[in-house]
Amino acid sequence: MTTTQIQPAVRVRGLVKRYGGRAVVDGLDLDVHVGEVFALLGPNGAGKTTTVEILEGLRRRDGGEVRVLGADPATGDRAWRARIGVVAQTTGDGNALTVRETLDHFAAYHSRSEETDELIAAVGLTESAGTRAARLSGGQRRRLEVALSMQGRPELLFLDEPTTGLDPVARRQFWSVLQRLRSGGTTILLTTHYLDEAAHLADQVGVIDAGRLADVAPPDEMGGDLRLRSTVRWREDGGFRTVVTTEPAVVLRDLLNTGPRADLPDLTVTRPSLEEVYLQLVGAAPVAETGTVPSSTDVQGALR
Amino acid sequence: MTVTAAPTGVRAVDRPAPPGALRIGLARIGLELRLYLRDPGQVVFSFAYPVIMLLIFGSVFGGETTGPDVRFEDYFLAGIAATGIMLTSFQAVGIAIAEERERGDLGRLQLLGTPPAAYVIGKAGQVVVTTAAQLALLLTVASLAYDVPMPSDVGRWLTFGWVALLGILAGTVLGIAVSPFVGSARAASAGITGFSVVLQFFSGVFFVFAELPTWMQQVAAVFPLKWLTQGMRSVFLPDRAAAGEVAGSWEHGTTALVLGAWVIIGVVVCVRTFRWRRGEG
Ligand SMILES: Nc1ncnc2c1ncn2[C@@H]1O[C@H](COP(=O)(O)OP(=O)(O)OP(=O)(O)O)[C@@H](O)[C@H]1O
Ligand SMILES: [Mg+2]
Repeated sequence: MTTTQIQPAVRVRGLVKRYGGRAVVDGLDLDVHVGEVFALLGPNGAGKTTTVEILEGLRRRDGGEVRVLGADPATGDRAWRARIGVVAQTTGDGNALTVRETLDHFAAYHSRSEETDELIAAVGLTESAGTRAARLSGGQRRRLEVALSMQGRPELLFLDEPTTGLDPVARRQFWSVLQRLRSGGTTILLTTHYLDEAAHLADQVGVIDAGRLADVAPPDEMGGDLRLRSTVRWREDGGFRTVVTTEPAVVLRDLLNTGPRADLPDLTVTRPSLEEVYLQLVGAAPVAETGTVPSSTDVQGALR
Repeated sequence: MTVTAAPTGVRAVDRPAPPGALRIGLARIGLELRLYLRDPGQVVFSFAYPVIMLLIFGSVFGGETTGPDVRFEDYFLAGIAATGIMLTSFQAVGIAIAEERERGDLGRLQLLGTPPAAYVIGKAGQVVVTTAAQLALLLTVASLAYDVPMPSDVGRWLTFGWVALLGILAGTVLGIAVSPFVGSARAASAGITGFSVVLQFFSGVFFVFAELPTWMQQVAAVFPLKWLTQGMRSVFLPDRAAAGEVAGSWEHGTTALVLGAWVIIGVVVCVRTFRWRRGEG
C-alpha cells in the first residue's frame, strides 16, 4: 500500500453509440489524464458531441466501458455532477435575467462557487453585466455559458466547441482563462475545429473520425512520420522549387555550398502544421511523397 | 503509508455536499417570480383576463338571476376565480416549461444536477404568489364594481383556502405532467389554451352548470375545473343556492377527493415521465 494508482479522469474503452442501427461512435478508446487539457478534433458528424455527451451523462451508450472521475456517467449522482462543468455545443436563446442575476442565482446550486464579479471579469462581460441574457449577442451568450460552467469550480470541464462564434480577441481571452484553470489543476476536455486552438492549449490532441480515435499525440508530435518531413522552398526562374526532406539541414548545406549564387530568394523551410497533418489524417489531403533527400547534383541541377 | 487520494485516485477534494432541494427551491421561487414579471404576455393574460371576463359577464348578465334567486354576477365570479387559478397554475406552468426547454434553461438545470423537487418548489411557490395576487385583484374589482358580497365568516374563507390551494397544487403538478407531451412552445401554447377553453365551457364557467347537457356535466366531473368552480360557488353564493346544484348540495367531500386525486395522479405522472430534455436516445 505504498503507491496509489492514479487513474485517468476520463477512461473510455470500446465506446459504441448507435442511431437507427448506424454506429456513430464505433469502438472509441480515450484517456484523459488528471490535470491535462485534451483537445478532440474531427470533421462534422465524426461523433465528438455524441461522445462528450455520453461522458457528461446526457446520452446513453450502446456499448463499451466509461469512467468519468471514477464513476459511470450513466448513473452519476449529484455529488459527481458537482465535480464536472459543461459548455454544450449549442447555446439556448437565453431568458430575461441579466448576466449578473443569472450568475448570482446559480451560485445557490453549488456548495462553493466563484465570485460573480470575478467570473464576469474573467469572461469579459463586465460591460454587459446588466444586460438580459436574451439580449446578448451570440458570442456574449457563449461567454456566459463558459462563466456558468466554471462557477462551481469543477475538477473536470467539458467544453464542446467553446470558442465557436467568439471574435479573435475573445478567443485569446478565453485561452488565458483556460490556461489559468489548467494551472489550478482543472482537467479539461474540449472539442474544437480550430487547429491553432488545439495546438495552443492542448497537452494531448485526439483526432476522431467516423466514430473512432484516428490518432492521439501531443500537438507537435501528432502525425508521427508525417511531421518529420520538412519542405524547403525557394524562388528560381520566376517559379518556386520545393524539396520535401526529412533532413532539411543537409539540403540547405548543399544548396548554399554548391549553388552559383549566394542568395536564395524567398527561401523557407516549413514543417507541416497541425492543420496539414489533421487534413491528411481525416483523408482530406494527399499524403506528401515520402521525402528522399536530393543529392548534390540534384540540387545543382535545380539551381542551374 | 498514508494514502490520501480518493479511492478512484482522482484528485481528492474536500467538496461539501451540494445544497439541498429546499434551499435551491427557495432561490428558484425568486427566479421564477422575476421571470414571470418580465414576461408582459403572462402578466397581462393572467391578471387582465379574469377581470375582463368579469366585466363582460357583468355587462351582459347584470341584474339577471338564476336558480334560487342567485345573481348572475355572483354565480359567475366563482367560475372566473376558478378559471383564474387554472390560468396561473396549469396553463402558465405548462406553457412556461415548454419555453424553458426551448431556451435551454432546463438543460442547464440537468447539467447542474438540480433535484427535480427544487424545480417543483420553485414553480409551486411562483404559482401560489401570482394566484394570490390575481385573486386579490379579481375579488377587489368584483366587490367594488359589482357589489358581489364577500363572505363574512371564517368558515367560508377556510373553504376558499383549501379549495384554492388544492386547485393550485393540482394545476401546478398537472402543468408539469403534461409538459413532456405538448411538444414545442408554440404547440404547447395553442394546445393547452385550447384545452382550457373547452374545459371552461364544460365546467360551468360560461354557463350555469346545472343547465348544461348531462353528458357535458359527466365529462366535466372527471376534471378538476368543475370541482374547483363548484367549491368557489360554495364560498361566494348563499347557502340556499346549494339547492340549485346538480347534487342539491356543495359536495365538499367529493370536491376534496377529486382535487386530491388529481394532485396524486399529477405527481405520479411527473415522477414517471418528467425529463429535462426532450428525446434522449
Ligand atoms: N439524436 C440523434 N439522432 C440521430 N442521429 C444523431 C443524433 N445525434 C447525433 N446523430 C448523428 O451522429 C453523428 C455524430 O454526430 P455528432 O453531433 O456527435 O458530431 P460532431 O462530431 O459533434 O460534429 P460537429 O463537428 O458538427 O459538431 C452524426 O452523423 C449525427 O447525424
Ligand atoms: Mg458537435
